Amino acid sequence: MATSPVRTGTSPTTGQWRVVDIVVASVLAVAVGVVFFAWSAGYSGISVLTAGFPPLAGLYSGCWLIAGVLGGLIIRKPGAAIYCEMLAAAVSALIGTQWGLGVLLSGAIQGLGAELVFLLFLYRRWNLPVALLAGLGAGLALGISENILYNALWTIEFKLLYVLFAAASGVVIAGLLSWLAMRGLARTGALSSFAAGRTADV
Amino acid sequence: MSTDHLTPVLTGRTLVRANPVSKLFAAAVITLALMSSIDWVSAVVVLVCEVALMPLLGISVWGLFRRIWPLLIAALIGAYGTALLAAKTGEVLLQLGPVLFTEGSVAAGVAVGLRALALALPGIFIVLTTDPTDLADALAQKLRLPHRFVLGALAALRLVGLLMEQWESLGLARHARGVGSDRSVSARIRNLLGQSFGLIVQAIRRATRLATAMEARGFGGGTRTWARESTFSPLDAVVAGVGLLVAGGAVTAAVLAGTWNFILS
Amino acid sequence: MTPEQGPPGPVHVRARGWGWRHAGRKAFAARGLDLEISPGERVLLLGASGAGKSTVLHALAGVLGANDEGEQEGELLLDGAPPAEARGRAGLVLQDPETQVVLARVGDEVAFAPENLAVPREEIWRRVGRALDDVGLDLPLDHPTTSLSGGQKQRLALASVLAMEPGLLLLDEPTANLDPAGVIEVRDAVVRVLESTGATLVVVEHRVAVWADVVDRVIVLDAHGGVLADGEPGEVLTQQAPRERLAAAGVWVPGWQPEIGGRMPDGGGETLVTARELTVARTRRGPAAVHELDLDVQEAGALSITGPNGAGKSTAALTLGGLLRPRSGTLRASAELAGTADRDPFRWRSTQLVQRIGTVFQEPEHQFLTPTVADELEFGPLRVGGVVDRERIAEVAERLRLTGLLKANPFTLSGGEKRRLSVATMLATAPRVLILDEPTFGQDALTWAELVTLLRELVEGGTAVLSVTHDADFIAALGGAELRIADGVGRVVTR
Repeated sequence: MATSPVRTGTSPTTGQWRVVDIVVASVLAVAVGVVFFAWSAGYSGISVLTAGFPPLAGLYSGCWLIAGVLGGLIIRKPGAAIYCEMLAAAVSALIGTQWGLGVLLSGAIQGLGAELVFLLFLYRRWNLPVALLAGLGAGLALGISENILYNALWTIEFKLLYVLFAAASGVVIAGLLSWLAMRGLARTGALSSFAAGRTADV
Repeated sequence: MSTDHLTPVLTGRTLVRANPVSKLFAAAVITLALMSSIDWVSAVVVLVCEVALMPLLGISVWGLFRRIWPLLIAALIGAYGTALLAAKTGEVLLQLGPVLFTEGSVAAGVAVGLRALALALPGIFIVLTTDPTDLADALAQKLRLPHRFVLGALAALRLVGLLMEQWESLGLARHARGVGSDRSVSARIRNLLGQSFGLIVQAIRRATRLATAMEARGFGGGTRTWARESTFSPLDAVVAGVGLLVAGGAVTAAVLAGTWNFILS
Repeated sequence: MTPEQGPPGPVHVRARGWGWRHAGRKAFAARGLDLEISPGERVLLLGASGAGKSTVLHALAGVLGANDEGEQEGELLLDGAPPAEARGRAGLVLQDPETQVVLARVGDEVAFAPENLAVPREEIWRRVGRALDDVGLDLPLDHPTTSLSGGQKQRLALASVLAMEPGLLLLDEPTANLDPAGVIEVRDAVVRVLESTGATLVVVEHRVAVWADVVDRVIVLDAHGGVLADGEPGEVLTQQAPRERLAAAGVWVPGWQPEIGGRMPDGGGETLVTARELTVARTRRGPAAVHELDLDVQEAGALSITGPNGAGKSTAALTLGGLLRPRSGTLRASAELAGTADRDPFRWRSTQLVQRIGTVFQEPEHQFLTPTVADELEFGPLRVGGVVDRERIAEVAERLRLTGLLKANPFTLSGGEKRRLSVATMLATAPRVLILDEPTFGQDALTWAELVTLLRELVEGGTAVLSVTHDADFIAALGGAELRIADGVGRVVTR
């Protein structure tokens, strides 16, 4: 006796966070934090190199911004970018890739930079241009907030250069890489519980 | 047996008994005071207080050094960077081609370096004296943060050590496939990205299974009770008070010394 | 919900024409299910993969509609109510011990479920004590959860579920990822729990022999929907038709062994790798796992590495494979094996290593590098010489039944297919030594038979095959010597 099928279950496309959204966002943020740790352990020489001309550090600052953009692209719910970026920042503080409570504040601001872009598109568009813009937003947020909080004594031309580098890094590293990662993840079937794993980019 | 980065060994018996929220409050207040200005007076005041409170951490100087030596290097680099790029006021100290250090820029560099150190230490205090589960309980029960996110974050943080082990294991597995000992930079970067992708795939799969397990145990509902109660005690008032004092002292000292340099001005 | 009344009794399950289809899929995961399970009954659920056994369990636990959209047909009721409305009545234990642990301490972990059900604090800790007693986990409440063995972790998962005082116990392949000792541990714990609570039990498992004496009923699901067989274990497992179908589906039907072939000839050709006084360790500064190993790895020979959990078998295998740095002693490849490379395998570059010694890891996904199966198979040869021998690749793919999957993403394959692919990728570069870490772990009977046959052919063809394994049948089928590792020392035992 077949009754007509009834659609049940929670949708991955409502604004409400499901348990799987929360847990995957959290573990994703932690994993990105660990990945970042592995990168900096392997390339600890880089920060010494860029010490020669500090604004250059902006060129790899995009690495810190991946958590927010990727989190947003995968979870696709309001607050995902901020939450993932902050949690990844907390992990960095824990395992020693970054330091101090200020890291949480920076994470929140950088996540907000990406979040605002996703909000701008009403959390409905998740294609490559949006990802790049989110990376840009996060990069600008990073550059400007770092200039105010930590680089305040640099002269203006170096501050501007830093923001420029950070923005470029945000677009390429945080924006492009995150988008490619999301697509790769979708193809492995790991995102089958998410809209990112089912629909093509909108 | 994985290395547990989340303080399996909590040193400092006194601070362990304090509620994590009061410790967070003290650290936040100090951080805010320090952040608001870049000057050596406020930084030194906070540093001195932190060093004075160091015995509370219950670890030796060498133990502390082993944990924070990258921080010292980062502070030095930050100081050097500012000395290099700050406004060139005062007498010239060193000039090598385009590189120019003056009294003013070096003073600025010193201030930035000390500030970086002072900013980082409260976090160390918290990490060395707080159990993550206690922290989650405090955040959810006392600060009333949404419990689903707090517990989700806690469950994820437990995986830090395991994910690090998995990173190593992935490296070996890829080496066995013929990847990993290239010299060229682009190949190494490609390999690094590939390994990172591999870790993230594993992490997400794991997270999906964990979500099912948590859901099957009733997680996600509206109301819940707490098996461990997070409580406040007089010690917490002391901790919060000390935080306020240190922060207030730093600001006052800097203002009185005339070195207060608000970052937004 | 008033917990003071004492735990509600065992659950009655009814399914009427029930089916489920995940959103975005064409086929129904389960279809046309009609059955009734009385309170307190103990049921073993069997069927081919794809018959929907896991789907049924997840549906009974109420977690199916939670993370995924889908279409449901018919109805599935626990005590007359849909599972989603009966939170805490059904407890689900999953297959992987690692991914079910939520918190860092044993006591907190078991307290997690009653916390979610809003049980008052004193009652929570009473339940924690009872649950840990029921599963026989005699550990302090602040014992860290990461340092538990696989069997202990599964028992902890069972205790965590028990703390909800469920009337229905759902076990989804609970012993698949455990060593033989762990399997018995968990099975005994379940028996104790059932005696103490009288809950209804539904268990899904390949290893029928372990559960045949525990359950009073066996239900076999048909891959095309509905129920294939339903009755007492003695009946269902001995009746010809269901037995054959089950065996064809890969279930380890008791009393039936996959056909493998006769005894392997005693191997031994020239020595390819020599270990003398080799001490191995997992990390640079950690403790050494095995001390002073003396071993000759010979071509056309099989070596099984056995020992209790945590003895250091994997560490020894990985070191012999040139992946981990030996703590002390020597590891030398023969001149013939080394060829143009160094005599020390640890110093080989990855491209040199993959041509000489292949290592297949326990988790196939860790070794996937490319987006399609075809690319995976071509990866090794491309890395090594830049030239792809298409015939050889096609041959390997054919041999391992991967020809139909060449365009698929490796991560989307089933467990058995992934295992076959990971072995195939190693074979593509034709190494003379092949090392496998737990190759038959959690495999159904079909994949087991294929793997064993393949490895026997490899040995006959001249490859040296080293396997880290618990599987006694595997060791017997492969023949050769055995390296027994215990208490930090390894002894070679020839048959």
